[in-house]
Amino acid sequence: MQLFKLLFLLILTPSVVSAEVHEATLNNGMKIFVKEDSRSPVVVSQVWYRAGSIDEVNGKTGIAHVLEHMMFKGTKTSRPGEFSEIIAAAGGRENAFTGADYTCYFQQLEKSQLPVALKMEADRMQNLIITEEEFNKEINVVMEERRWRTDDKPTSKANELMQSLAFVSHPYGRPIVGWMDDLENMHYSDAQEWYNDWYAPNNAILVVAGDVSSTDVFKLAKKYFGNIPSRKIKERKPQIEAKQKGVRRAELKAPSKLSYIQMGYKVPALDKNLDKDSTEIYALEVLAGILSNTSTSRLNQNIVNNAGFAVSASASYAMLTRGGLSLFELYATPSEGVGVEKVEKALKDELAKIVENGVTEDELSRIKTGVIAGDVYQKDSVFYQGMQIGQLETMGYSYKLMDQYTNNIKKVTSEQIQMVAKKYLVDEALTLVTLDPQPLDPNYKPQGKPHVH
Amino acid sequence: MYIRKILFAVLFLIVGTVSAGVKIENWITADGAKVYFVENHNLPMIDISVSFKAGSARDSLKNSGTASFTNHLMLLGSGGIDEVSLANQFTDIGAQLDSSFDRDKSSFSLRTLSEKKDIAIKLFNQVLHKPDFNENVITREKKRYYASIRQGETEPSSIASKAFMKAIYGNHPYAFPESGTVSTLESIKRSDLKSFYSNYYLSNHLSIVIVGDVDINAAKEIAEKISLGLPNNPKASFYPEVQITEPQEIKISHPSTQAHLYYGGPVVKRGDPDFFPLYVGNYILGGGGFVSRLTGEVREKKGLVYSVYSYFMPMLELGPFQVGLQTKKDQIDEALALVKKTVKDFIQNGPTEKELQAAKSNMIGGFPLRLDSNKKIIEYISMMAFYNYPLDYLDTFADQVNAVTVQKIKAAFQKRVDMNKFSTVIVGIE
Repeated sequence: MQLFKLLFLLILTPSVVSAEVHEATLNNGMKIFVKEDSRSPVVVSQVWYRAGSIDEVNGKTGIAHVLEHMMFKGTKTSRPGEFSEIIAAAGGRENAFTGADYTCYFQQLEKSQLPVALKMEADRMQNLIITEEEFNKEINVVMEERRWRTDDKPTSKANELMQSLAFVSHPYGRPIVGWMDDLENMHYSDAQEWYNDWYAPNNAILVVAGDVSSTDVFKLAKKYFGNIPSRKIKERKPQIEAKQKGVRRAELKAPSKLSYIQMGYKVPALDKNLDKDSTEIYALEVLAGILSNTSTSRLNQNIVNNAGFAVSASASYAMLTRGGLSLFELYATPSEGVGVEKVEKALKDELAKIVENGVTEDELSRIKTGVIAGDVYQKDSVFYQGMQIGQLETMGYSYKLMDQYTNNIKKVTSEQIQMVAKKYLVDEALTLVTLDPQPLDPNYKPQGKPHVH
Repeated sequence: MYIRKILFAVLFLIVGTVSAGVKIENWITADGAKVYFVENHNLPMIDISVSFKAGSARDSLKNSGTASFTNHLMLLGSGGIDEVSLANQFTDIGAQLDSSFDRDKSSFSLRTLSEKKDIAIKLFNQVLHKPDFNENVITREKKRYYASIRQGETEPSSIASKAFMKAIYGNHPYAFPESGTVSTLESIKRSDLKSFYSNYYLSNHLSIVIVGDVDINAAKEIAEKISLGLPNNPKASFYPEVQITEPQEIKISHPSTQAHLYYGGPVVKRGDPDFFPLYVGNYILGGGGFVSRLTGEVREKKGLVYSVYSYFMPMLELGPFQVGLQTKKDQIDEALALVKKTVKDFIQNGPTEKELQAAKSNMIGGFPLRLDSNKKIIEYISMMAFYNYPLDYLDTFADQVNAVTVQKIKAAFQKRVDMNKFSTVIVGIE
C-alpha cells in the first residue's frame, strides 16, 4: 500500500495509442477500459476510484489513504485478509495506492484468473465491513507508515512543508498520508463515511490490460459489477487557490548532514478540455525535461558538474492533475560547505538564462527523440499501460490524450519555453523551503557489545 | 466456507499447467564469456545486460569503495570522448545506458530501438572497453561519494544496514560498505581504478544477456564484440568463504521517531541444495507480502509496523537471511520479541500443509508474472547467467517448488537457520 504524490509518470514517457483501447460503460455508470496485449499470458486489473486526498476536509486528512487500508479488512462474506489470501493462492500480486487525485486497487494474475479479481473488487465495492476493532489496529499501521515515510525523512518533511505553504486553500496543501494529529483522532466511523461518500460504481473505473479479449472483459465486468446500484456522489467544491502575491519561504530543522532546497512555482495544469490551447503546458513540460531529463541536462551539467555547488539537482512538472493547478519544482542538495542561498541563486540563474537566450535545437531534439523512443519502451509494461489509462480517466482527462501528447511535444519551440519561463517562473509565484541540517543527538554513540566502528 | 471452495478450485486449476514460455539459447564466446539469449520480436527494441564479478567483495579493507567507484566512473567518459558527448550520443538515438552494482556484481545495461542498434552497441562497447577514468571527474565524483556517505551516517536505515553487515560478516569482504568509506576513498587514485578494471573486468568472468528484436546470428556477433579484447584470466581468484561470526546485539541511539531493526545472519549461497525448501518456506514466514506469518503477527494482529519482512539473499558466498522492520521507539522490544517468537516457532514446527499449498500455488501460478516483460526477462535471466543457474531452471521451477514438503522445509530451516548465531541491530533506541 503506497501513496503517490502528484504523478510524474507521464512526463515525457507516453505510450499506448488510444485506438487500441476498448471502452464501455455499464448501466450504473461504471466505465470499463481494456487494453489488449497478448505478449505474455498475464492480466492486470485495476479499479480506480475518483477519491483522493483532494476530496478530504480539514480534521480528517489522510482518510482516503486509511480507507484504502481498510479495504483489505473484510466484507459481509469474507474475513479480514481473506482477499489477499485468495489473490495469493491464485498466483497473483495485489496492492493499492492512494494519491491526491485517486485511489487504485490492483491485481496482477495469470490471465485465466481475472474473474477472481473482479469478483473480489465487486464485493468490496459494495459490502465492505469496517469494525472498530480492525480500524483501531490499522490506524496504528498507518501512523507507522507516516513515521517511516515522512517524519523520519527530512526531504519528505521539507516537501510536506512546501506543499502546505504553497497551497493555502487548495487541498493539495495537505499531505496524502494525513497530519499525525488527524490520524490520532480518527474514528472508524470516519472511514465508513468516506466509503459511503465515494465508493460507488459511478465514481469508479475498471482498467484491464493484458492477454484478454475486450468482449470477454466487458461480459465479466457486467456480470460482477453490473448489478451494483449507482449512488448520488457528494458535491465537490472547486476550492480554487487564490493567486499568490509574493515569495513564501520556510525553513525546516531536521537531523541530516546535507542541506536541501526545494522550490515550487505555481503553474497551470493541462485543461480538461483537450481542444483548448495547450501550448504553455507542453512548453513547461519540455522545459522540465531540458532542465533535468538526463545527466547532461542543464541542472546537473551546470550546477552539479561544472560549478560543483550541489551533489544533485533536478526539476519536475506534473502537467496532469485533477485539481487544475500544479507546481513547477526545482530540487537540489547543496555540496558540503555550500550555502543554500548560493544554490538558490544558481537555480534561478539557470531559469534566467533560458528566459534570456532560450534553449538550443539540440536540446529540443533530444527531448523529442526521448519521447518517441519512450513510446516504444513503455509498451514493454502491461501494468504501466493500464496505469496511464486509469490516471488520465480519474483525473478527468480522456485516455485519448495519449494520441496528442507526442505531437504536442514535437511542436514546442524555444520561444514558447522562454515565454512560459518568463511568465510563470517568477518570485511572486514562488514557494521555497530549505533544510537546515542538525547534528544527531550529541550523545550519539554506538552502545552494546562489541563496539561498532 | 464459500470462499474456501474457490481457493481449492484455484489450486487445482493452476498447479502444473504453467510453462515458462521463454526459450533461452546459450553459448560461450571465443573470449570465454557466457551468453544467454532470448529472441523476441514483439517490440522493435533490444535489451542487453552484462555483468562482471567485480562487486564490492573484490575490495580490501584498505581500498574499500574501489569497485563501486570503478563501476560509477565507467559511465563518465571513455575512448577519449568526454562524459557529456558520450551521454548525448546515447540520448540522441533514444538509447538508455544504465549501471548497477552490489557486493557480487558490476552490471551495465543498454536499451535501444532495433533500428539504432549498430550505433548503440558500438557506444556501449566503448563504455565497457575503454573507460577513461578522467582525473577531474574522479575528483568531482569523490566529493559526491563523500557527501552521500556522510548523509548516510545520519539516516537510521543506512546506519542499521551498515552495522548489520559488519556484525554478521566480521572480516569478510561482504562486511565492507558497498560504496566504501570517506577515508578509503580519499586514498584511491586513478591508477587504482585502472588496475581494478584490468584485474576484474574479465571476459571469462562476464555474463552477457540479450533479449529482444534480433536474431541469433546477430546476437552472436553482438556478444563476440562485447567480450572481444577484455582480458581472459582463468587464474583470477575468488573471495574467501564466509566464517560465521559470534552473535552480536548492537544498539545505536538516533533522534528518529522509529527504531529500525535488522535481525539474522549468513545462511545461503547461490546453487545451494536447500534453496527451494528455504525459499518456499520463507514465502510463508516473511516473504509473501500480506499473507506471510510475520506480517500477520506483527502488522495485522498487533498493528506494530507498516512493513516487516524476511528474506534469504543467496550470493556467490553465503548471503544473509534477514528480518527487517521499523516501529515506534517504545514498541521495539515488543516487536523484536514477536519476530523471534515467530521465527522460532517456524523453525521448530515448520508451516502447515495448508500454508504450503497456498505458497506453492502462488509461486507456480504466478510464475508468468516474473517474465511478462522484456525488462523482467532480462533481469531474471541475468541473475541466472551470473550465478550459473542450470538452463532448464525456468522449465523445472514448478517441479522444484512442487517437490517441497512440510518436512523438507522444517528440515532445511532446522539445519540452516540457527537463531543462536544471529545478530541483532537496532538503530533508534531511546
